[in-house]
Amino acid sequence: MNQQQSNLYRFLVGLGDDAVVLSHRLSEWCSNGPYLEEDIALSNIALDYIGRARMFYQYAVEVEGKGRTEDDIAYLRTEREYTNLLIHELPINDFAFTMVRQFFVDVFYCEYLEKLSQSNDERIAAIAAKAVKESRYHLKRSEPWIRQLSEGTDESRRRIQAALVELENFVGELFIMSDWEKELVAEGVAVDREVLQSGWDKYVQAFLAQSEINFPDSQLQIRGGRDGIHTEHLGHMLSEMQYMQRAYPGLQW
Amino acid sequence: MVASEKSMDIIPTVNPVFAERLAYRKQSRFQQVWDLLDKVYDPELPGLTIWDLGILQDVKKLDNGWQIDITPTYSGCPAVDAINQDVVEVLSNAGFIGVKVKVVLAPAWSTEMVSPAGKKHLRSINIAPPDENDNVDCPVCGSSHTKLVSQFGSTACKALYQCDDCFENFDYFKHF
Repeated sequence: MNQQQSNLYRFLVGLGDDAVVLSHRLSEWCSNGPYLEEDIALSNIALDYIGRARMFYQYAVEVEGKGRTEDDIAYLRTEREYTNLLIHELPINDFAFTMVRQFFVDVFYCEYLEKLSQSNDERIAAIAAKAVKESRYHLKRSEPWIRQLSEGTDESRRRIQAALVELENFVGELFIMSDWEKELVAEGVAVDREVLQSGWDKYVQAFLAQSEINFPDSQLQIRGGRDGIHTEHLGHMLSEMQYMQRAYPGLQW
Repeated sequence: MVASEKSMDIIPTVNPVFAERLAYRKQSRFQQVWDLLDKVYDPELPGLTIWDLGILQDVKKLDNGWQIDITPTYSGCPAVDAINQDVVEVLSNAGFIGVKVKVVLAPAWSTEMVSPAGKKHLRSINIAPPDENDNVDCPVCGSSHTKLVSQFGSTACKALYQCDDCFENFDYFKHF
């Protein structure tokens, strides 16, 4: 791969990793949801993210041109080779935490993918155009949940506020540009994340203010995901997600 | 289902996206292939063809075979693999060789691509068809007094509703 292809590959794998890691976390709710409909809803959102990861990975392996498949990318890379942003990998915790995380990324992806659908790389534009419709629908679902839990019982409000504090420090990384991403922005392929930050802050703050919750600007940044530096949680997650392919190499459905 | 598009007993509405699909199909040189593909159904929507669902996008003749373009409803839709197999099987059984299915992402599928016959069929299997304003009428008793139970139903393309009059739970094929 030349420099340009290498940049594109890393960019695509990063977006794919974001999606597949969050998808696996959401799938952990399957059969554990608070009630049946919610169980099904979270599993369906997980499915949307799996589809998103596949589209990015399929493109990535074509760019790489070594004959690897999307499954090789998902199942045969180690923790340090995964480059997802950290917010996606945090354990599901309680339902409030899962929904606050979902609300945060939904707000982000609605803006980010909308911009990415204008990419001059037609395939990336098509993936983003497809995915942004799904994220808009996810947001329609996460917002009422945040409202309901924030304004519900003392207990549900306490849990929402605890989740906000826990996640506050992981939001900033969504808006940090990697070096390869900067080069791709200059070529019209990628999107400048930094310019989305103030809009995200305003939107989330205004939304939470309706439930009389103050949320600070996303300042503090815990970072490292794009460089393969993760929280202690990702390795455990991958050991479960990759178990079948590691134990039975080449296994297919 | 093309022949029946004109003779339907539902309110005729002009849907430019579907009209464009229909015009494209009608000018194709490969009518026989399109017609054969009317035997391929979505595995999770009994009796709904891939044409009526709107995911069948194009039929192309290649130098050494055929390419059928399919656009998925949702990016993670697990039905796509089964549909691909069915397309290849139907055409191979009819004597076509070298059939392959290409999953295309553009144009992105939308419920505007669902045919009028498809919407009618959805109602007949007690699934409320997509409505651009999300006005959902009960497919069982026709009442407009319905409420959302969950944004996701039995598959990614459906939401779960309940009728306040006949109390039936039913799927709504989401406007998307």
